[in-house]
Amino acid sequence: MSPTPALPAGEGVKGPTPSQTVGPFFGFAMPFEDGPQAAGEGVRVEGQVLDGAGEPVPDALIEVAHDSQFARCGTDAEGAFHFVVAKGLPFLEVTVFARGLLRQLPTRMYFPDQLAAHAQDPVLRLVGDRRDTLIARDEGGALRFDIRLQGAGETVFFEI
Amino acid sequence: MEFEPPYLFPDYRSTLLRAPQRTLVRLPDDWFEMAPGPAFGRIPVRPEDADLTRQHAAEPLGERIIVTGRVLDSDAQPVRHTLVEVWQCNAAGRYVDPADQHPAPLDPNFTGAGRCLTDGEGRYRFVSVKPGAYPWKNHHNAWRPAHIHFSVFGPALASRLVTQMYFPGDPLQAHDPIFQSVPDPRGRERLVAAFDPEITEPEWALGYSWDIVLRGHGATPVET
Repeated sequence: MSPTPALPAGEGVKGPTPSQTVGPFFGFAMPFEDGPQAAGEGVRVEGQVLDGAGEPVPDALIEVAHDSQFARCGTDAEGAFHFVVAKGLPFLEVTVFARGLLRQLPTRMYFPDQLAAHAQDPVLRLVGDRRDTLIARDEGGALRFDIRLQGAGETVFFEI
Repeated sequence: MEFEPPYLFPDYRSTLLRAPQRTLVRLPDDWFEMAPGPAFGRIPVRPEDADLTRQHAAEPLGERIIVTGRVLDSDAQPVRHTLVEVWQCNAAGRYVDPADQHPAPLDPNFTGAGRCLTDGEGRYRFVSVKPGAYPWKNHHNAWRPAHIHFSVFGPALASRLVTQMYFPGDPLQAHDPIFQSVPDPRGRERLVAAFDPEITEPEWALGYSWDIVLRGHGATPVET
């Protein structure tokens, strides 16, 4: 039996690799040291991931990014996550992975202290009357940003 | 047919309360391709992270394997110097994660987590042991086919990918709702690695090749 020759670059490639769920057992692998801490000092954001029954999602992984800022945090038994990012950002790109999500869910978190700038934001304009689900609440000391995967108050997610 | 799984796939019960019900908001074309991907540089990558069989005092039990391939963009161009993360259960089908309650033995010489950066040709390479199948409670007598979880960044938000690599010839794939959630059979084929005698090392390890294609184009602008 002769071995299959190696394919030249580009041959045999048929298109993007499909997504699969992150599953429930990533907690020993995906978190990294100081993962939630994108900035030494900055804005602390806290939130909870909730399912369609309003129950916490204890096996979600949240990533947030903007320019050089990147943070990753898995949810705890209460579905809670947190991160610290530099001050002065207009918004964060947020990506949700979880058991039960066969694909990631992209969304955005807008900072409430920059609402004037948000008036012209092209993404918020597209979102329309559900825009409040994308704006964090200032709770004094920390911002609050809950992610509702399904049902009442469902967070706006984008088609990727 | 569609190559990506739907969010709601009732055979995979965990999707029932987690799939969004509202229509996803569609941003202008190429939005996610133009948006730069996360700056993953804070995630530490050490050379030894690519060999999951050498992270403890002794070697883990199981079939030693080499898994390698290229990360490409949708134009089949290599995605260079991007982060690839993997995690898996041990050869007995048990994750080190404390949430895993499957009564199969833990292996004191195996954690099951690895990282590497793709090289100048977009290539990644891991050494590990073949993960076992394990039961889950999705339905009666449900068993997951052997798989390795992969996470890849790429250059854009569009290219961010979390997926699973499967092994060729595994009869459990036909019964697995997570694998079967990919509607097009050609899409499911893309999740299955190939046994590769060229990668297999005599008297040492079985070799598998698996290329990963990320969404988006222009992953590697010409270097000047």
